[in-house]
Amino acid sequence: MDRTPALAVQDLSKRFGDRVAFQGLSFEIGYGEVFGFLGPNGAGKTTTVRTLGTLIAPTSGSATVAGIRLAPENGVEIRRRIAVMPETPGLYLRLSVLENLECFADLYEVPDADERIDRALRAVNLVDRAHDPCGTLSKGLRQRVGLARALLSDPQVLFLDEPTAGLDPVATRDVHELIAGLGNSGVTIFLTTHRLEEAERLCDRVAILNTTLRTIGRPDELRDRLFTRTLAVRTAGPLADPDHVFGGLPAVDGWREDGAAGYVLAISDASVAAPAVARALVAADADVLSIAEARHSLEDVYMEMIDEDAEVQRA
Amino acid sequence: MTLSKRRIRAIFRKELREYRRNASLVAGMAIIPLVFLIQPLVSVFAVSSGAAAELRHRHELLYLLAIPALVPAAMAAYAVVGERQQGTLEPVLSTPIRREELVLSKAMAVFAPSVAIAYAVFGVFIACVELFAHRGVASALIAGPDVLAQVIFTPLIAGWSIWLAIAISTRASDIRVAQQLSLLASLPTVALTTLISLNVIHPSIRLAILLGVVLLIGNRLGWRVVSAAFDRERLVTGSRS
Repeated sequence: MDRTPALAVQDLSKRFGDRVAFQGLSFEIGYGEVFGFLGPNGAGKTTTVRTLGTLIAPTSGSATVAGIRLAPENGVEIRRRIAVMPETPGLYLRLSVLENLECFADLYEVPDADERIDRALRAVNLVDRAHDPCGTLSKGLRQRVGLARALLSDPQVLFLDEPTAGLDPVATRDVHELIAGLGNSGVTIFLTTHRLEEAERLCDRVAILNTTLRTIGRPDELRDRLFTRTLAVRTAGPLADPDHVFGGLPAVDGWREDGAAGYVLAISDASVAAPAVARALVAADADVLSIAEARHSLEDVYMEMIDEDAEVQRA
Repeated sequence: MTLSKRRIRAIFRKELREYRRNASLVAGMAIIPLVFLIQPLVSVFAVSSGAAAELRHRHELLYLLAIPALVPAAMAAYAVVGERQQGTLEPVLSTPIRREELVLSKAMAVFAPSVAIAYAVFGVFIACVELFAHRGVASALIAGPDVLAQVIFTPLIAGWSIWLAIAISTRASDIRVAQQLSLLASLPTVALTTLISLNVIHPSIRLAILLGVVLLIGNRLGWRVVSAAFDRERLVTGSRS
């Protein structure tokens, strides 16, 4: 993956009067990276996208977008290199899919507009609906048109603001496949969402925003950073001397009971601890039902962060 | 600053397509010209041959200049706030289009059909008078200077109304409010043309030149002022930048 930043943000803040939309944002995103921007409603996700998309001016801080310094005089040049798909695609409902795309191909002044439109329609599987008025399309299909529109200019950075908001599971899956395909083809994607499974599935790295940036990293890094790794052991009956069984095993840092015949072991490395635990249980003549590494989801990370914020606010 | 003809053409073409398929807007555009066509026709048809000479002292034709004042005002009021309410403005503002290009293309898309409508209604009025009015009425009514004034002032007045309405549209948060305010803002122009048509203000070449220059300057400044007032941040977030 190219490590030249497609987006570099340094201490960026935006206020609307007394209200802070976001503050002190600093992060970098490499070319070809799929970056998830998570946060609850009102966290400042959309405002961040609008700021980086040159629609609104930051109050302070600096950023470079697609290699260009974020400044009013560079707005046109930045917008040439990026594409933004807002939460609602904002299509002209009286115009056909093709007419919508023709309009935006001209706004981006793309060369070979017909070829690009055809390619974009193929990418989102909408060739057969090209002449349908957008007003007759389902919400999922409109999102696809929005994506096709965003692809017209071959953007260096693609901002997707809640691309699956309000979609049914099938339409959501379709959009996920499209985004994954784009990510694989090397497009830098800045994805805002509060669907955590979406971020976990699609993103190389995620950031959690709640006005300020709470954390940033790969989903597995965040899990490791926040949560102790654990093994969940279940046996047919309680162990006679669990301390003896689990004490001193490699990569096992401690244990606690979890129900009548369940044990949760704090571990440092599952690949070392799990075989050692299995051998120790067999040696202790225990009837083992299961040994499994407890998986913390991105949702756990997210909830931990947001709960911390709520506690701080209460305090 | 170089303006992109392709981007201007893109919005111009898109706007015309949208207008054509917006039945309520087309109906709104049709009502005003009909009112301003039928009312003077009825009064002209009521003039007998004997009373036709009196028409030489009136300038009934100039009454039709209310059409290029009002029709574009109703249409242009929709231009920005309409897109904002539909949610289509943000995607457009996210493209490389400059505000000057966007404002100009939207103005041109209103200008072309409204001037065409105004000229068409004027043509229909002249034809109806020639064909159906009492003898002598047409020759008394259709004076060369009035026709020339109609031809010259139609685009100038339309342009002025468009800039006023787009300026209102960029500031309004509701389409109906924008249309009402735009029509209100066009009323001084309608009042002026009506007073001239009724000979309350005596039309003269000097007055025509003065009004023409004022409207030309107004139109030139209108584009600049409306473009400068076109604030992306306020339009997207509702807050000033």
